[in-house]
Amino acid sequence: MSTSKMINGVPVQEHFKNAHHQFDTAKMGIWLFMATEILMFGGLFVGYAIFHMMYPEMFAEGARFLDWKLGFVNTLVLIFSSLTMALGIHFIQMNQIKKAVWALAITIVCGAIFMVIKYFEYTHKFHMGIFPGNLLDIAKLNEHLTAQGLDTVKSTNLGMYFGFYFCMSGLHGIHVIIGMGLITWCLIRAVRGDFNPNYYTAVEGVGIFWHIVDLVWIFLFPLLYLVG
Amino acid sequence: MGNAAHGSNYINAEKGLMSWLTSLDHKRIGILYFVTILFFFLVGGTFALLLRLELFAPNVNAAGQAVAGAIFKTGDTYNQALTYHGAIMVFMVIVPGIPAIFGNFFLPLQIGAKDVAFPKLNLASWYMLMIGATMAIATMFLNKVDTGWTFYTPYSIRTSGSVSLMIAAVFIMGMSSVFTGLNMIATIHKLRAPGMTFHRMPLFCWAIYSTSILQVLATPILAITLLLLIMERAFGVGIFDPKLGGDPVLFQHFFWFYSHPAVYIMILPAMGVISELLTTYSKKTIFGYTAIAYSSLGIAGVSFFVWGHHMYVSGQSELAGVIFSFLTMLVGVPTAIKMFNWIATLYKGSIEFTASMLYAMGFMFLFVIGGVTGIMLAVLPIDVHFHDTYFVVAHFHYVMVGGTLMALMGAIYHWFPKMFGKMYSEALARASFVFVFIGFNVTFFPQFILGGMGMPRRYFDYIPAYEQLNKISTVGSWLIGIGFLIGLVSIIQALRSGAKAPANPWGSKTLEWHTESPPITHNFSHEPHVTEGPYEYK
Amino acid sequence: MGHSHGHKEILPDEHHITPFSVYMKVALALFALTFLTIAAHSVRQYLGPVAPLVAFAIAGVKAFLVMAWFMHLKYESMENRIVFALGFIFLVVLFGISITDILSRQLISGVL
Repeated sequence: MSTSKMINGVPVQEHFKNAHHQFDTAKMGIWLFMATEILMFGGLFVGYAIFHMMYPEMFAEGARFLDWKLGFVNTLVLIFSSLTMALGIHFIQMNQIKKAVWALAITIVCGAIFMVIKYFEYTHKFHMGIFPGNLLDIAKLNEHLTAQGLDTVKSTNLGMYFGFYFCMSGLHGIHVIIGMGLITWCLIRAVRGDFNPNYYTAVEGVGIFWHIVDLVWIFLFPLLYLVG
Repeated sequence: MGNAAHGSNYINAEKGLMSWLTSLDHKRIGILYFVTILFFFLVGGTFALLLRLELFAPNVNAAGQAVAGAIFKTGDTYNQALTYHGAIMVFMVIVPGIPAIFGNFFLPLQIGAKDVAFPKLNLASWYMLMIGATMAIATMFLNKVDTGWTFYTPYSIRTSGSVSLMIAAVFIMGMSSVFTGLNMIATIHKLRAPGMTFHRMPLFCWAIYSTSILQVLATPILAITLLLLIMERAFGVGIFDPKLGGDPVLFQHFFWFYSHPAVYIMILPAMGVISELLTTYSKKTIFGYTAIAYSSLGIAGVSFFVWGHHMYVSGQSELAGVIFSFLTMLVGVPTAIKMFNWIATLYKGSIEFTASMLYAMGFMFLFVIGGVTGIMLAVLPIDVHFHDTYFVVAHFHYVMVGGTLMALMGAIYHWFPKMFGKMYSEALARASFVFVFIGFNVTFFPQFILGGMGMPRRYFDYIPAYEQLNKISTVGSWLIGIGFLIGLVSIIQALRSGAKAPANPWGSKTLEWHTESPPITHNFSHEPHVTEGPYEYK
Repeated sequence: MGHSHGHKEILPDEHHITPFSVYMKVALALFALTFLTIAAHSVRQYLGPVAPLVAFAIAGVKAFLVMAWFMHLKYESMENRIVFALGFIFLVVLFGISITDILSRQLISGVL
């Protein structure tokens, strides 16, 4: 089963009527999967909202340790990558494959920039003794704070804030890496000449996935960096 | 296409183990699930028999002396066996059971499609289940897990077993479940044959559709909960851990947000099977097609609002308890709608008591008991009394075994001729029903009484006062074991030497019976054109 | 394949193509809103308790832009829009009921 036949340059699997039918079905599958992504990330957001309500001071204190400028730069990077991803699909639709390849390549580079900035954020935190949950090294953190002439940590359960911080940004980071991998796969296929204006299902799907990654970050940025 | 003329079908189209392990044919993937889930069922069933054997007698008699014959040396071993029985039966048998075996095999056939929407994803789902199952079974040989299948915090954070590996396994099996559900929804929406409108779909398809919605919408919350639990064990992130101000009850909220709908993931496909069996073996149009179809969706919808009835006494607020108690009653409405319509279907039908029909009748009888005791448990003050007693154990076994497994057996006997092209021995099949049905009631009915007497669940020992009823219950478990063994023998015998099955041995009306037994690789030699409903008997 | 029922042939223009300029406008709007978020953040002491609401309102608008144009939901079938919306709806159910429990534990009995 599931051998394909070529119709107008589109490999159509045997159980579909035509390319359009196949594209429509794939789209539905992708949207169903996206609903699961929203729910999975959403579980974290629900947890965050509940504990933020229970421990507002502790969350405010935790947010103090995040540098909103880095989050801001990362937001711009991701929005730009979302644009280039959308343009990648646009260029394939216009049969400008070369431009599409460039757009996809830029998207991957943006993803990499995002991850590099995240890497510096994380290592800086580790350096200060900030780890998730029980691993949070309060003594080391207080040492850093007093050296800079700042107040020491007041909350007793600050580890939970960083539990959320690392889980949420970490799960998001994993999605960025998976997304970069998927876009690379699309890029290779585009270079190979698999795609044309009638056939670009894979890029469309990966694009929607990448926009979800952007979408999650759009909410994570104010949640973690600004509101606290 | 003309393969049929040469006797070619999906089974003999290709040869060799690799052709099965790499097959994208939904029917072959259904068979892969069939074989593996059968294996998991035997493993989980063995644990059940061992648990019952341990409970045959108390470890200490009335005089306070140790009694010989305990098979588990310590309570810990018992807890581990209990965990594996629960986790295997839930995540590896009943959740994937009917949707993955029969949904895969028959849903495309019933709606006149050539395959499911995403054949590669379908095969990948099976591999995910295999990877998850392998990891889960691997924990048996590492540090055995003793948390119970619910992984309640904070115990699951502190215990030394390989909980993280077990949780990762359940996470992967969850993904398998999500992708199967996603595949079924897309298949139903996009691949129906010409003329196959939603309201001409067999009720089994409606049930699988409702199940799939639950799989897609509920499982992601389990996924994130399990990931957080892994993080909790690795770093102590504090979200479910009271030590850092976290809330263990929140874990239960998240867990049951999935696991309550999961209960309907287990029972809805069974209800779909029953609708098929009752019409076929009473040769009568189903009574209240639309009511049954939409009550499946109704159950799916309501199931998202009732999870807190698992948490009446675990520290949630009285207000939440009252709200959940009220909402839980609502589940009874669509369920009763189905039950009444099924009974009305039988009225003046020409009923044949084949093995499948017997299992369907058994389902109706046992499911009513399971369902009505469920309503009892939904009542907040009653549940406070019965919570964590054998009454609850009896209740959910009446639903899951008396409901889902009875339907699963009925489905196997109903569709076996179509799947393998062979007829089985009706006598053996009926014998298996007699043993399973009687054994089931002997095992679990006394547990209602034990629960009423206050015997708590999940303990490896009990006071001598409970001894008689426990003995009866254990003997019942042997009868069930014999029943399933007879069932296994009947299947093996049919596969080895069964007579060739005709295309439609039961005179059923749904589309899967309009093709050969076993079906050809492409399901239908001509794309079916549907002009009427699925059950136009008279 | 037996009978052929292919009444639908593939038309090259069946996919909606969003013009290049629209993508650019949407991206510009997203950048502008990101700057607006920061501007609102810098005056948060004047906004007081409204500050988080402002931040999330802006995030909401940004999310809408991404979903409608980048993810093509504006041109998507109603079926798929409902599928995606269901994710959000059931999230609200999870949040709503969990928070009811936790708040009522706090308000009624004063313990968590």
